[in-house]
Amino acid sequence: MKIEFILNGETQTIDVHPARRLLDILREDFHLTAVKEGCGEGECGACVVLMDGKAVNSCLIPAGYLEGKSILTPEGFKETPRGQILEEAFIEAGAVQCGFCTPGFIMAAESLLNENPNPTNAQIREGLSGNLCRCTGYQMIFKAVRLAIEKGEGLW
Amino acid sequence: MTISKSIKRTDAREKIRGEAQYIGDMSFDNPLYLKTVRSTRPHAKILDIHLPDLPEGCFIIDKSHIPGKNRMRTVVSDHPILAEDEVLYIGQPILLVAGPSRELVYQISEKIRIDYEDLPAVFTLEESEKQNCVFTEYSFSKGEPDTAFAQAARIIEDEYRTGLQEHVYLEPQGMAAEVKDDTVFVYGSMQCPFYVEDALTEALGRPSDKIRVVQTTTGGAFGGKEEFPSLIACHTAIAALATHHPVFLIYDRDEDIICSTKRHPSIIRYKAGLDDNNRVTVLDIDLLYDAGAYCGLSPVVLQRGIFSATNVYNFHHLKVHGRNFRTHTVPSGAFRGFGAPQSIFGTEMLMHNIAVSLGLDPLEFKMKHILKQGDPSCTGGKIHDKVILPELVERALDLSDYRQKIQKKKKFAGVGISLFLHGCGFTGNGEQLIKGKIILRKSKDRVVLKISSVEMGQGADTVLRKIVAHTLDLPIEKVTCEIRDTGLVPDSGPTVASRTTMIVGGLLKTAADEMKSRWNEAEDFEISKVYHHPDFLTWDNDTFQGNAYPTYSWGVNVAEITIDPVTYDIHIEKVTGVYDVGRAIDERALRGQMEGGIAQGAGWATLEVMKSKEGKLVQHNLTDYKVPTSMDVPEITCDFIDNPYEFGPFGAKCAGELPMSGAPPAVVAAISNALGIPLKEIPVTPEMLMELERHED
Ligand code: FES
Ligand code: FES
Repeated sequence: MKIEFILNGETQTIDVHPARRLLDILREDFHLTAVKEGCGEGECGACVVLMDGKAVNSCLIPAGYLEGKSILTPEGFKETPRGQILEEAFIEAGAVQCGFCTPGFIMAAESLLNENPNPTNAQIREGLSGNLCRCTGYQMIFKAVRLAIEKGEGLW
Repeated sequence: MTISKSIKRTDAREKIRGEAQYIGDMSFDNPLYLKTVRSTRPHAKILDIHLPDLPEGCFIIDKSHIPGKNRMRTVVSDHPILAEDEVLYIGQPILLVAGPSRELVYQISEKIRIDYEDLPAVFTLEESEKQNCVFTEYSFSKGEPDTAFAQAARIIEDEYRTGLQEHVYLEPQGMAAEVKDDTVFVYGSMQCPFYVEDALTEALGRPSDKIRVVQTTTGGAFGGKEEFPSLIACHTAIAALATHHPVFLIYDRDEDIICSTKRHPSIIRYKAGLDDNNRVTVLDIDLLYDAGAYCGLSPVVLQRGIFSATNVYNFHHLKVHGRNFRTHTVPSGAFRGFGAPQSIFGTEMLMHNIAVSLGLDPLEFKMKHILKQGDPSCTGGKIHDKVILPELVERALDLSDYRQKIQKKKKFAGVGISLFLHGCGFTGNGEQLIKGKIILRKSKDRVVLKISSVEMGQGADTVLRKIVAHTLDLPIEKVTCEIRDTGLVPDSGPTVASRTTMIVGGLLKTAADEMKSRWNEAEDFEISKVYHHPDFLTWDNDTFQGNAYPTYSWGVNVAEITIDPVTYDIHIEKVTGVYDVGRAIDERALRGQMEGGIAQGAGWATLEVMKSKEGKLVQHNLTDYKVPTSMDVPEITCDFIDNPYEFGPFGAKCAGELPMSGAPPAVVAAISNALGIPLKEIPVTPEMLMELERHED
């Protein structure tokens, strides 16, 4: 099946089985390996990308659903001003350990701040609740998001 | 600048940007993918295997392809790499299917039929105890326990239980292998490159100079990538040799949960004798650990379990007996804390419950029993270093406002405190046997660390580089780590037992000091160091007498919880942790270990329910098996009190496993405090609490 969608700002046409997972399309067909497979069932958030600006688990999105959609992956996000702010904030807060969850958290944080530039602590917890981290105990990830809000004054 | 002042983690940026290469991110030319065909029976004889016709380019690999010995090498090498005539647990590997795509090998594996003849199976610790299916058994004693029991004013008997726990490292297990110029290269996610190399030497029947094991960026491990990767490394290497292709073996989450090792479930029985002053004078501890279907490294897990069973207390008379049992379930293995969190949970809750049952304050009761400098440990080894547990307790009480909170108790809200320790480095004479080696290489104004200790998320790269950079007054960018490739680095021992900073970091510090004195030499040079056990430490491995550990790190946790009066859902509101880890090499990295350990410990104590029914795991994906999310974790406050250790780099002791033992008893004591009922088993679930409350009424 032929599908046209926007990937990191560029229009792409692919010919794939409609059930092929977006996660595999990104990792295998486009070699965009920043998204990770932690569970393959929508529970861990390691595979999060933005679809039309909202966080989705790419392991749950079949190719057939992509037509006309705009997908932003960590590769497309990292050089943007917001991406840079989040990168610095995550480093400064110590929010990274094994790192397998990290690209997913960055995308989830972007989606959260996009929707609500000034979340309360409870809203930060809630906004990140689709992403698992087994290493950090989350405290430093919460701190990173607060730090990004401070540093990125007006960006979101 | 003091060493403890935090610096930026050296690997954070590439991980954030998604540029770090985990095993699944590697690529090879024309790789084959492997799918493991597994036993569906808990205990059975394999009668026949029916294979479908194979498409071109696909292969079946079985035990006959193993060039060397069909056993995975570890402490007790009893696990076949691929099953022989018998299977002992559901999920045991029997065959491998290799082919050019994942979909294809899945399809082929679905078509393979295996005929079994079922054999009698044992599923629980109790049944296994009845049938006496013991793998290993240890005992030791102190003082005169029999006399002390005869003289006791009061005797209390009790039993405690802990459940299965799955690591849920976020990156599932994965390996790849290829053969280049008659050398087998294995790449993957692992803690112990030389364990893997050892296992390959034996399974492939080839010398170690024809094998290279290369660690890739490792997405969490927690002990789960200590011995288990050796098994799948053998699978990939055998398949690469048999098929003449590079091969990938990467588990999806379900498969990972079904077949990888777990924390040993335990039953711990106590008999305590108290004198007229309500002091426990004598304790009899009987530990039963469920090793699962194969013994593997369970003997050493049990050893740490029994040597940690007295926790921070000095019981003058003691009898300790520990056994590992076989059940026909997935093998248990290494998991952060390595047998200690089980026995520390039992003993902390025993102390708590005894105090409450006698109408005493649990903390005061515990403080009457704590070890002091100069006391003999449970194995009669002198506690050489200063014990600052009372200071840790005071700080934790202040930070958490514990006294106030325990006095003004409300129904359905509770506060609990735990004291705990962790023995640093290998148990007994392990460090002496392993003799870790390191090399420090100077080339111009740069320094390279050659070590086999890996970065797996815990921050080892940052901490070890920092030790060297700080000693040599160099910016951290000038000090780098060689990749962990067994062809390039010496064996500094496995990345386990919270030994990396203290033992390997200690060797690096000594080498860096020497390098500093020779810094101005014209030529580049290398310094190598080999571990030497401090002479004043003694250990007898037959009688279990002496210093079971070179030293200990200590901690205190205060947990505050509330319980929903209708659903009995448990909300862990806050955990305060105060620790003595000698000295922090990097305070933020250390805090990260403590916070992560508290979350993992609290998860094990409450959320992480994993049961097996007739040898089959009931929870085998992340939908059913719940680990703490951002909504579940408490607010965490951590603090550290300096107590530098003479033989650690800059005074550092061990840290990574310590927090795993603290949160469970603190949280459970808090729940017990909230409801006024004794608790003796984890995980504590709302259903369990409702049931207990009903009984109380
Ligand atoms: S891999 Fe998609 S949510 Fe876990
Ligand atoms: S840093 Fe390892 S899972 Fe989050």
